[in-house]
Amino acid sequence: MLEWFADLVVYRWIGLTKGEHLTEALHFFIYDVLKILLLLTVIIYAVSIVRSFFPPERTKKLLSHKREFVGNIAAALLGVVTPFCSCSAVPMFIGFVESGVPLGVTFSFLISSPMVNEVALVLLFGLFGWKIAGIYMATGLTVAVVGGMLIGRAKMEDQVAEYVYQIKMPEVEIASLTWRQRHDYGVQYTRDILKKIWIYVIAAIAIGGLIHGYAPADFLVRYAGPDNLFAVPLAVLIGIPLYSNAAGIIPIVHVLMEKGVAFGTVLAFMMAVTALSLPEMIILKQVLKPKLIGLFVGIMALTITFVGYLFNAIL
Amino acid sequence: MEIKVLGAGCAKCNQLETLVKQTLQELGKEATVEKVTDFPAIMSFGVMATPALVVDGKVKVSGRLPSAAEVKGFLS
Repeated sequence: MLEWFADLVVYRWIGLTKGEHLTEALHFFIYDVLKILLLLTVIIYAVSIVRSFFPPERTKKLLSHKREFVGNIAAALLGVVTPFCSCSAVPMFIGFVESGVPLGVTFSFLISSPMVNEVALVLLFGLFGWKIAGIYMATGLTVAVVGGMLIGRAKMEDQVAEYVYQIKMPEVEIASLTWRQRHDYGVQYTRDILKKIWIYVIAAIAIGGLIHGYAPADFLVRYAGPDNLFAVPLAVLIGIPLYSNAAGIIPIVHVLMEKGVAFGTVLAFMMAVTALSLPEMIILKQVLKPKLIGLFVGIMALTITFVGYLFNAIL
Repeated sequence: MEIKVLGAGCAKCNQLETLVKQTLQELGKEATVEKVTDFPAIMSFGVMATPALVVDGKVKVSGRLPSAAEVKGFLS
């Protein structure tokens, strides 16, 4: 159907002839934009319906008093499906700690939530295929589990601001939603996300298409190909101060991959940008002392670098 | 009626505040609308995700922007 529509626009409406470079590029562009936007709409809506079953209050309950490892895995998975925006990071953190969720488990949640994201998954799937999308999700979860466990082992409970432990939250009833409310929430959420990201999606596809045809593919290979050992740590270092959501980073990722930067390096860059950002550190500073923030950044940088090397080695 | 809008200042929190004030006007009701931005104060309601709406000490909705019809139901 999409193929048919792209045909209609390119050959009939615009009247380009088949086989020419521009025609093919435009056809590819229209087809891909439609495919990915459609996929995004369906997936974001589906995810938001799942999310409506996991309000933070329930997630907190599920995680409290969970032991290490099982708790970290559960937290990483719940990080994917629990809805929260960055301005809720602090109250979520306080709520988790207050109800007895171990610090390391809380971190597994905080790491996986921005990193493993349905928008990133759809884009990676649409642009690079299911294998890369799957790898991204699996490594994102692994980094969240391992990172959270390491932070848990460091026994840094005294590096959390004192007032966090003094807050007592009342038990609230978790309101159950009607299907009508879930649907409304899903529609609203899908519309919000699409409004925010459509421009990045189109940019990613356009840039990809252009580079595909015109740019010299080996330009960056010399600097950031699999042979350069410093490429991965450098990518992580560059990624930390940059801030972007998963959708905003995909156009850049697309360019880097098309230009021949090794996949592990790109993956490390992407993870550093989404999971470690300066604004997030500033928000977390309200509840964490500098030593714990430092440890968090350090552990994340190390695990992400390791993931980068691993994939450069095996792919 | 005592209304509190909980939120640290994200876009959705401000939208909720506007929506509440509009609805009050529509219903022709007088009520105090207080914006709560302080984390310990927000959490004293047991709320972790903002925006949230509290009417007469009861949390009506949290973590999402309710529809205009829902808000009308909460306030009337």
